[in-house]
Amino acid sequence: MDLKEKLVSSFMAFEDGLDLDHPVHEERSSAIKNFETKGFPTKKDEAWKYTSLRGLEKIDFSIFPKHETTLEYKDVKKYFLHEIDTYKIVFVDGVYSSYLSETTHDGVDVCLMSSAFSKPMFKQVIEVYFNKAASKDESLTSLNTAFSKEGAYIYIPKNKMPKKPIQILHLATGKEPALMLQPRNLIVAEDNAEVQIIERHQSLTGNEVFTNSVTEIFAGKDAIVDYYKVQNDEPTASLVDNTYISQKDSSVVRVHTFSLGGKLIRNNLNFYQNGERIDSTLKGITILGDKQHVDHHTLVHHAQPNCESHQDYKGIFGDSSTGVFNGKIIVDKIAQKTDAFQQNNNILLSDKSTINSKPQLEIFADDVKCSHGCTIGQLDDEALFYLRSRGIPKKEAKALLMYAFANNVLESVRIPELKLRINKIIADKLGVRMGFDL
Amino acid sequence: MAYTEEELKKELETKEYEYGFYTDIESDTFPKGLNEDIVVAISKKKEEPDWMTKWRLEAFRAWKQMEEPEWANVKYQKPDFQNISYYSAPNKKPKYDSLDEVDPELLDTFKKLGISVDEQKKLAGVAVDIVMDSVSVATTFKKTLAEKGIIFCSISEAIKEHPELVKKYLGTVVPQKDNFYAALNSAVFSDGSFCYIPKGVRCPMELSTYFRINQAGTGQFERTLVIAEEGSYVSYLEGCTAPMRDENQLHAAVVELIALDNAEIKYSTVQNWFPGNKEGKGGVYNFVTKRGLCEKHAKISWTQVETGSAVTWKYPSCILKGDYSIGEFYSIAVTNNFQQADTGTKMVHLGKNTKSTIISKGISAGQSQNSYRGLVQVNSRAENARNFSQCDSLLMGNRCGAHTFPYIEVKNKSAQIEHEATTSKIGEDQIFYCNQRGIDTEKAIALIVNGFSKEVLNKLPMEFAVEAQKLLEISLEGSVG
Repeated sequence: MDLKEKLVSSFMAFEDGLDLDHPVHEERSSAIKNFETKGFPTKKDEAWKYTSLRGLEKIDFSIFPKHETTLEYKDVKKYFLHEIDTYKIVFVDGVYSSYLSETTHDGVDVCLMSSAFSKPMFKQVIEVYFNKAASKDESLTSLNTAFSKEGAYIYIPKNKMPKKPIQILHLATGKEPALMLQPRNLIVAEDNAEVQIIERHQSLTGNEVFTNSVTEIFAGKDAIVDYYKVQNDEPTASLVDNTYISQKDSSVVRVHTFSLGGKLIRNNLNFYQNGERIDSTLKGITILGDKQHVDHHTLVHHAQPNCESHQDYKGIFGDSSTGVFNGKIIVDKIAQKTDAFQQNNNILLSDKSTINSKPQLEIFADDVKCSHGCTIGQLDDEALFYLRSRGIPKKEAKALLMYAFANNVLESVRIPELKLRINKIIADKLGVRMGFDL
Repeated sequence: MAYTEEELKKELETKEYEYGFYTDIESDTFPKGLNEDIVVAISKKKEEPDWMTKWRLEAFRAWKQMEEPEWANVKYQKPDFQNISYYSAPNKKPKYDSLDEVDPELLDTFKKLGISVDEQKKLAGVAVDIVMDSVSVATTFKKTLAEKGIIFCSISEAIKEHPELVKKYLGTVVPQKDNFYAALNSAVFSDGSFCYIPKGVRCPMELSTYFRINQAGTGQFERTLVIAEEGSYVSYLEGCTAPMRDENQLHAAVVELIALDNAEIKYSTVQNWFPGNKEGKGGVYNFVTKRGLCEKHAKISWTQVETGSAVTWKYPSCILKGDYSIGEFYSIAVTNNFQQADTGTKMVHLGKNTKSTIISKGISAGQSQNSYRGLVQVNSRAENARNFSQCDSLLMGNRCGAHTFPYIEVKNKSAQIEHEATTSKIGEDQIFYCNQRGIDTEKAIALIVNGFSKEVLNKLPMEFAVEAQKLLEISLEGSVG
């Protein structure tokens, strides 16, 4: 039985444990139908031209983990940003771990999707926001919607800001030989609210994990949302990360994606600007080796006038790794005075590495400033020589140049401890110890 | 200011196709429809050898299996391939020695087009191989070229007289089964140009052909083959205008360029097929496959000015097979009213130290859609490949669209690829600056558009540059107030 059939047939079993009268149930039913018709995307789909899921479809993933596992904090501490105090929402094999988590209802709601679905006090929010930004057409998002049950639920009311950043951590213990996870997150920042979120998916063993995650983010008027995705997983862990962001007037949403490890990562990052004077930022650093594959697929839809978007993706590809960047900017007829900028710079370190880049513009308004740039090259020999002539060994000199290359993206990270952590991971990747912090 | 915005708009909308007229020359037209018999009949009609007939049939059989491509960013009523006549040739087919013998009606047509054959002969030193409804009628300067060993004739003549060359190169760059329209062309091509430059020869003049679609309801399937032997150079010009028709006309041409070691081919096009009227009715479908192959140290340069056609689907490409080969693509695509253009290039880097440059300028006005679609591919063995791409779009009015779809695929670490794209409109301050200096708005726009396109216009041969500039003005006059 292939993965698609398995998923479709297990939907019935999944439904059994749920409240069928719940309004979300209808969304789930129509979503599974869409997935059943469309199936997994193939290379024939233009959006998946460079990324194939064929390999994953052949693996016999278990969809509902049988074991319940408790983990000791000390064993997984290193995956947390433990240097600072944060709220934590932790899932172990897709199941909420209250022992590792720290949630709150004090002014803001930082809790679980499962309780948001079931408790009457959250009903209104679910009705207004759930599945409103996510695509009803895209088959993997539909698949997630069909099985949506658990994930992080973050609701920040008007004029509020949580006391500390929020960490969302998905751990896979490897108790199952192959596990498929489908977390569903909903983040709502009402007018003038502010929130900082760090999300990480982590596999603890070398067993296969396939995560198909959907996150919906709603930013109200003047709201500020900072979202950091740390992707530094085991070489057997694959991730399809679908993020849908809907912004209102004058809101600011910044998403940073650090793709530093994993087998196959596909990021579908979609921004919908439903108001004026909106600012959207999409930045990413990708550093890959081995046979890793990362595909960044971004969409910024400018639907209203006077908005801005900034995209900056840097990639360094070694060994037999493959990088894909597909950025799309759509500017509607009425979205005059749009300022959209998109940049994608890549360095190839090995002859076996590949980069496929497709920066795309679709523009229907005339009074706009839209540009994109894409470069592919290697480290500047002269710069390298300059550093080496000053006594810096080759490896360190190379690392220094790569740091400088990626620094633009790191600069806008607003949690200093996180910046430091990312720096450490990068230094680790490059196999050097830097005597300074950037 | 000479015009108000409204007046300008009105003038633009009423700007009818200037070259819309129809010359009545008795034509020898085949019945509509396409099947193996028609393909054989075309081949017979042209007195082609057996191998050519077989080649066409092979292409036709492949075509039957293929589906019309739909990936391009254009929407149009699909042509009914069974409702097209696949062959039409002017009835009187004598070979002329001098222009005096040519049908005066035909000469009149050219005069209206502004191509005075004799004037060009004298002044510009251009040998014009005029293709009127698929069959070449007049070939000039043949003698001068023959002295140098250059062969410049219609492709049907080449099939008869130089079969060894045609056999060797036809279909090597654009195979019969390459794509839907290339296969169709391979099966039914009626005529086109053939050009062969021998080793080490520098072609002393710009070679040029003018294409026209004339007979109602006949598709034009041109086939061009240019071969530049080692160390040779040729500059080839191609220009087209078409009379006004309500029915959509199909134009599916194939152009193959072969540049052997150290050779250089410069291929320039001015395309001004009928774009349809202001309601978007009529107009030519232009589905063209153009591709060049570069051997070692060879260079192919495509320059195009696309102002016509209702739908354009055209990607002049370079296969940089030899080490140190160079590919260039310079393009201006102008769309107005309901025109749609999906055009760009493919640069395939296979050899070492290959270089390519892409400069594409898109200007959209009215309710048109203008897309750039390009591919830069660097193979894993293509050491030190270098590419620079720049695609700029200019929007006039908020009912048009400009799109960019660049594909960049790199498999070699020593590659250096740069890609830039911008989209903007003509700045109010730029116009103000001109106004302030006594230049009226319309002239200011012409000036700015001209500046925007200069990089590409500069690459055109002198004779074409003037014509192209005029075309730009005609196509865009009064687009923005």
